[in-house]
Amino acid sequence: MHILKSREMILTGAIVVLMGLVATRFPGFIAPHNLVAVFNDTSPLILLAIGQMIVILTKCIDLSVAANLALTGMVCAMINVAAPGVPVPIIIAIAVGLGAILGAFNGILVWKLDIPPIVVTLGTMTIFRGVIFLISDGKWVNSHEMSPAFKAFPRADFLSLPMLSWIAILMTVIFFVLMTRTTLGRSFYAVGGNPHAAVYTGIDVGKSQFWAFTLSGALAGLVGYLWVSRYAVAYVDIALGFELDVVAACVIGGIAISGGIGSIGGAVLGALFLGVIKNALPVVNISPFWQMAISGSAIIIAIAVNTRAGRTKGRIILKNAEAAQ
Amino acid sequence: MSVMKKIMSTAAVLAAFTASAAQAEDMRIALVVKALGIGFFEAAAQGAEEAATELGDVEIIYTGPTDTTAEGQIEVINSLIAQGVDAIAISANDPDAVAPALSRAMQRGITVISWDSGVAEEGRMMHLNPSSNPLIGNMIIKLAADHLPDGGEVAVLSASATATNQNIWIDEMHKVMGNYPGIEVVATVYGDDLADKSYREAQGLMQSYPDLDAIIAPTSVGIVAAAQAVADAGKAGEINVTGLGLPSEMAGAIESGASKSFAIWNPIDLGYSATMIAHALATGEATAEPGASIPMGRMGAVTLDETNSGAMADPFVYDASNIADFVDIF
Repeated sequence: MHILKSREMILTGAIVVLMGLVATRFPGFIAPHNLVAVFNDTSPLILLAIGQMIVILTKCIDLSVAANLALTGMVCAMINVAAPGVPVPIIIAIAVGLGAILGAFNGILVWKLDIPPIVVTLGTMTIFRGVIFLISDGKWVNSHEMSPAFKAFPRADFLSLPMLSWIAILMTVIFFVLMTRTTLGRSFYAVGGNPHAAVYTGIDVGKSQFWAFTLSGALAGLVGYLWVSRYAVAYVDIALGFELDVVAACVIGGIAISGGIGSIGGAVLGALFLGVIKNALPVVNISPFWQMAISGSAIIIAIAVNTRAGRTKGRIILKNAEAAQ
Repeated sequence: MSVMKKIMSTAAVLAAFTASAAQAEDMRIALVVKALGIGFFEAAAQGAEEAATELGDVEIIYTGPTDTTAEGQIEVINSLIAQGVDAIAISANDPDAVAPALSRAMQRGITVISWDSGVAEEGRMMHLNPSSNPLIGNMIIKLAADHLPDGGEVAVLSASATATNQNIWIDEMHKVMGNYPGIEVVATVYGDDLADKSYREAQGLMQSYPDLDAIIAPTSVGIVAAAQAVADAGKAGEINVTGLGLPSEMAGAIESGASKSFAIWNPIDLGYSATMIAHALATGEATAEPGASIPMGRMGAVTLDETNSGAMADPFVYDASNIADFVDIF
């Protein structure tokens, strides 16, 4: 436990140092209102990283999150255009429900057909994008076609934070409780940490993976609505390639790609680290050709620091014997 | 499917044929589009009808395949040849695939021009581009400058740093900066044609340049995202987002005041000009050769370059006064 703690401390330190570096070039970056804006901008990434973390914990990976987000977002936008009167809470319920169904579809394929998760989600990623094209005919849903209430929700201020940020905070708390205090949450760790032992303790590995995909899908669906209403536009290619940012956020956050190790705190901090870089690059005035290289290097450095900190020393099982030597 | 398509396109041509039989002395100009049922081309057909009314003795045959395939267009071209129309003005689905059929049409004495989407040189007499790189480069800075009589700071939000079109337009823009004294381009940033990255870049511009007066986005994803970022920051009316965009996508930004105006080619003018040119060439009033100037009625004249192609006009400016007419078209 203290190792996980220290990993999160290192990451927090890295984020603070990074913000300090940015502030030397652009002091306005660390102004409170800007930090709020950065957090708000990173909220979708935080939500998706939480879902992805659960999937990665169970030794799987979900590459279809961005496509799931885009499909759910398009469906929400089309519902809003067809029936502008549908209230936002119902839209959100539809988004979460549809996202969960799409995630469950991944889960079923992994659980019942035993197809490797990377193959399943690579396939569904393309399928979901294709379905968006089919239902939308390749057309955009534009800002003036959406109802004002539909667009207002993520921007609505509550205690001087936008709703988008509040949703990220709320989900972080809910999933923290789920992962640390419930049987389901602990079973994700067990399944990824040692699948064989998990089976002996009566945990169904496939079923746990199924639930991991469903949760990841539900979060992706939620973000689908938030994304479309925030940018006030829905089309086939929204959030194209975003799944890689999500996986990167998890890896930076110290979630082991081999499964079983990771925490909600890590995922959130990993997402924030990436979010700070993404928001800092436009204001520090660096050539766009350098930007990609810089953000890639930052990821690798963060991971290198992380794995060094997280390297477990051989476990001592016979303290007395060691002392006797 | 292909039988169905054949029947449909034949039927379309037949219908046009029977309709025209009544006034056989009229010149018949076929406007062949990429596919029927696309708002952009319906608007072009409207422009063609306008030209026909102006010319008086012209009848427009608006036709095209039911989906955007070169094979579909070849079938349509073949029926038009069989019908013996006087001129074909085509927006091609494939520059090379339709060229042989069009060459055959020219051998039978039919005037063939391409517009919007061009045909290989051997398959047409001339090509009409909606605009040209220098005209677009000038237009995007003019859009910003027109609302800044006392000068000001503008920034460019492009697609990716390697996007060919955008880079050419931005270069052309820099060449004419001397004509806009007091306007300073303070930064060029790249949103990669991703809504979220463009939105963040626009936010970054507003932070880095507190006195920014306008953001020029010569890309349809970027202009929408920048307008949204400006509106969300509560700076609509203060920072003018302009550039190239589609009316249907920009209606919200015009409404919120984040964008005062933007530009893109006008399909009505394009259909009108194509018809005027086809008429001028078919009657022998003008010849398509390098350096020739061909009249286009109210749109002035087009001058052909060494590949026999020319640019129609400046991109058309859309603002609060006219956007409602175009929002359902494209």
